[in-house]
Amino acid sequence: MISPVLFPLLAACGYAVFGWRAATAWLGALAAAGQLGAAVTLAVATTGQPRTALSGLLRADALSAFMLIVIGVVALLAMLASPSYLAADLAARRTGPRATRRYGILTQAFVAAMALAVLAASLGVLWVAVEATTILTAFLVGSRRTRQAVEAAWKYVVICSVGIALALLGIVLTHYAASHAGLPPAGRLDWAVLARDAADLDPGVMRIAVALLVLGFGTKAGLAPMHAWLPDAYGQTPAPVSALMSGVLLSVAFYAILRVKVIADIALGPGFIRTLLLIAALASLAVSAALLLAQRDYIRMLAYSSIEHMGLVALGAAIGTRLAMAAVLLHVLGHGLGKSVLFLSSGHIQQAVGSSKISAVTGLASRAPLLAGAFGLGLLALLGMPPFSLFASEIGIARAGFTAGLGWAVAVALALTLVIGAGLLSGGRRMLLGPLPPGGTVPLAPPADGAIRLARSAAVPLVAGLLACAALGVAGGPLRHLLETAATMAGATP
Amino acid sequence: MSDSVYMPLLDLACGAFLLAGVLVLWRRDLAAIVRLFALQGAALAALVIVLAAHEGSAGLAAAGVAVGGLRAGLLPHLMRRALVAGGEGQESRPLVNVATSLLVAAVLAMVAYDASQPLVRLTPTPATQAVPVALTVLLVGFFVLVTRRRALSQVVGFLLMDNAITATAFLTAGGVPLVVELGVSLDVLLAVLVLQVLTLRMRAAFGGTDLDELRELRD
Repeated sequence: MISPVLFPLLAACGYAVFGWRAATAWLGALAAAGQLGAAVTLAVATTGQPRTALSGLLRADALSAFMLIVIGVVALLAMLASPSYLAADLAARRTGPRATRRYGILTQAFVAAMALAVLAASLGVLWVAVEATTILTAFLVGSRRTRQAVEAAWKYVVICSVGIALALLGIVLTHYAASHAGLPPAGRLDWAVLARDAADLDPGVMRIAVALLVLGFGTKAGLAPMHAWLPDAYGQTPAPVSALMSGVLLSVAFYAILRVKVIADIALGPGFIRTLLLIAALASLAVSAALLLAQRDYIRMLAYSSIEHMGLVALGAAIGTRLAMAAVLLHVLGHGLGKSVLFLSSGHIQQAVGSSKISAVTGLASRAPLLAGAFGLGLLALLGMPPFSLFASEIGIARAGFTAGLGWAVAVALALTLVIGAGLLSGGRRMLLGPLPPGGTVPLAPPADGAIRLARSAAVPLVAGLLACAALGVAGGPLRHLLETAATMAGATP
Repeated sequence: MSDSVYMPLLDLACGAFLLAGVLVLWRRDLAAIVRLFALQGAALAALVIVLAAHEGSAGLAAAGVAVGGLRAGLLPHLMRRALVAGGEGQESRPLVNVATSLLVAAVLAMVAYDASQPLVRLTPTPATQAVPVALTVLLVGFFVLVTRRRALSQVVGFLLMDNAITATAFLTAGGVPLVVELGVSLDVLLAVLVLQVLTLRMRAAFGGTDLDELRELRD
């Protein structure tokens, strides 16, 4: 059970000792593959009974195992893409051996911290792991040292640390309520013990605690109103790290909200946290729609789309029925896959074109058919088009919403999603189609005919991610049992 | 410790804790702000040690000493080093002037008293009755964070909030479990180190640490 944390940590040590070179470049992918294998084993082992390790410090149930699978899958895609991405950066002298070594260490430690977050039995340890992700990624966000990079890194660290500090206050108050309710000292922050005895917790204190926890972890999950760090940070981060941050880090922070929700549903009744989540969901969708319509930067466009999808996830969690929670979890995995493909391909586009402006990229479909195809299909996946799994999960959330009497919220969300879809499509259309640039005006594009070459090793994760996302949508059968068990663990009401 | 000694000592520590937090709003000299922050760390340590003496708990006393070492010693030391390396002694004109800031602090204190009523009502002991003080410092820290224009002032704002949360933890339930406390302290320390490095890079890239310069990224 420790292995999902241990594999990336070992890989981080490997990078610390040997640096980033041809022989170690695939170490990260190897660690991610091992992590994914361990996660699947754990998922099989925890379908019946949660398991603990390290004298109760770690606990895995179906929900943790599912989150570990999401982490493993996205980390695998990002680490498969890293060698070619860094090779291109090294060739263009945008980075050096010291920076690549640091990249190896920090990304692996980052993945390990996320795995620790979903395995922690105590809300306190979960908090420590989530804050550790902020610290570990700070230098990845600011790795270019330009003005924009420093600004993005500063905003990222300050906003996320402050947000997560509010969550810490929420944890302190939960601990207070638990000790007053006479819970044993070792179990006062343990989410399983808290959920079991949640009816004894003082509602007055818990109301403040839960509001702080949702606001705090919501900051890290990119939910409005504390989302401001997200577009800046993604624009200044190496593409594989953006894929990790958008594909899983947001969901890991949301996982914390799911654990809090189980406690809050019993301690305060389901209405309180549902209201909070509905506000956050609709505000996130509205922010995303407003800023996507006239977006001129394709990486920021993807960032706002992440805010949108976290809004949908929050909407599903607010609905909270079994169908909704299973759809939420499927959505988390599907979004992780689709968004990774998009960030990885946009990273290649940015390397070739030298800019993240939409206007700098035209006629991509004829210059780089494979890259353009991956980007276009990824956009369609994010819009919820079949056969990709986001279609199934969005339909699931909408259906569950109408059955649960939250039809108005679903209707508002669907309207906002349409606006967002229009924004994404128009951005994508300008990039993929559009006239070919006249020869020579595009800086850094190597061949004279304006074609963009994509290394074979760079294409593998793009194609694999899209195939996995589509396969999940067409035949999600094997995951069904895990999804339903995990949804029950996340406090789904029948 | 008898109540006649415990109560005044507790009040004294909480008073010093609050006063140091509010005075940060009053000073514009960055070195003085760091000194006030160190003073607040010492008050927090004293507060924990008073609680420990009241409950006769050696573990809590050790926690108090550790809190003092981190928050009155190590963190102010790091900030002083950043200050010397930077050579910028003054807060530039804050968004809100000093008189208004102090008035706002009074309003924040009332908000904190109102918001913490459910917390006090649960167990009305002398210690929990001091929770509004901690929450006032939390709000003051947040106010410093959003209105001050120097990188170092923002770090101090963040750390005031963190001090306030630690104080709440000790006042309500004698601190959180040791693993969590250690993890939190380590995270805070690393966050400050990261911010210190970013301050240096900011100076290299922008020629100063005035956060008004950070306007490259927006929609």
